[in-house]
Amino acid sequence: MKAASFEYSRPETVEEACWQLSRDDDARLIAGGQTLVPMMAMRLARPTRLIDIGRIPALSFIREEDGAQLVIGAMTRQADAEREPSIAAAAPLLARALPWVGHAATRSRGTIGGSIANADPAAEIPLALATLGGSVIARTERETLIIAVEDFFLGPMTTALPPTAVLIEARFPIWGQRRIGAAFLEISARAGDFAYVSAAAQVALDDDGRCLACTVGIGGATPVPRRLAAVAALVGSAISESRARDAAAAEIAGIEIMTDPHASTAYRRRVAITLAARAILAARDEAMTNEARR
Amino acid sequence: MKVVLSVNGADHHIDVEPRLTLLDALRDALRLTGAHAGCEHGVCGACTVLIDGRPARACLMFAAQADGLSITTIEGLASVPGELSLLQDAFCETHAMQCGYCTPGMILSAHALLREDPAPSREKIIDAISGNICRCTGYGQIVEAIELAARRLAGANQKEGAA
Repeated sequence: MKAASFEYSRPETVEEACWQLSRDDDARLIAGGQTLVPMMAMRLARPTRLIDIGRIPALSFIREEDGAQLVIGAMTRQADAEREPSIAAAAPLLARALPWVGHAATRSRGTIGGSIANADPAAEIPLALATLGGSVIARTERETLIIAVEDFFLGPMTTALPPTAVLIEARFPIWGQRRIGAAFLEISARAGDFAYVSAAAQVALDDDGRCLACTVGIGGATPVPRRLAAVAALVGSAISESRARDAAAAEIAGIEIMTDPHASTAYRRRVAITLAARAILAARDEAMTNEARR
Repeated sequence: MKVVLSVNGADHHIDVEPRLTLLDALRDALRLTGAHAGCEHGVCGACTVLIDGRPARACLMFAAQADGLSITTIEGLASVPGELSLLQDAFCETHAMQCGYCTPGMILSAHALLREDPAPSREKIIDAISGNICRCTGYGQIVEAIELAARRLAGANQKEGAA
């Protein structure tokens, strides 16, 4: 046994989980546990109580709302989302991101909501959510909160989620255009390790190959996953390699980039620009070959 | 607290501290030592077991969380005691183990892969075992073993999942 002692409870409803969470300041929710359990093994986390939300049926679902939102329950396992064919059509970028999350054995247990609530700067699901401009819904004993992704990620491992809130679902916008492509790229030391830099892009084209919509985000390099506003300049005409690179470089050149002993700021910045440009172009190329996704 | 661990088809009613990992419960309470304790924080894959048919790290779960779920360990792969599963046999044949520490985890990860995709590409095999660290073989013979097992699976004309 490596973790410090704790109490364990397994509520069957969200209400019960909220109630238990509000009773104990040092209690923590456990979903898939793929980050929390190692933290506990190293005693970096010492919760007094683990509230296991793994058996709350209402938190595991994947559904579409009015063809406009892909809504995924917080407790949905990453492995289940990875195998859900409707995600590739509804939110192609998310489908591209999922295989990059950890390893098969951690995706079996790890959850969509857990990854978002954990807010690791290198995590893929938060980056997909930020790049698509999604939102989350959380609940406390008293209220239901709807938080847009721009307001949700505050810093590394820090979110706007109140300590007494249970994350209920993540909402990914569904694009309506016919020709959509997406790409997800990542640089890390070994497959499945934390990304030094990751880049995600989703592009919609018209029948003449002109860009109708384009969104790009980078992760790993920045304290929170960051959507690049500058790529809005690509909308309205065909996307060339140089325009994609210029748009990415224009924004990434001036933002705060993290450093650690594995990858310097300069390296991460250079890679972020390259990966962002490549992601845009790969998404464009996929959109060209996709006559009608939906 | 009392939990029921359903391991390799048999139910075990045991009393655990909440902080007891599934790995420790398997090894110490049930004496199933095939799941190996390596890093014990989710990096090495030596403790891989199957939970409801999917690979998972037994060190990253508390036994309490596994209450009632169907767990398969390396001890449960062979059809009869004393026999080897098709994958275990292939691992022996291609010399896919040296010290053997990673082997149960490798085989269970590969087993889950072949159940889902009986004819995986080499790339897919490498991805499936990318969460399992081996410090001896250099992985070549492990990939070979899984390819051999997949070929035999196809040749045997078995039902999917009979690896």
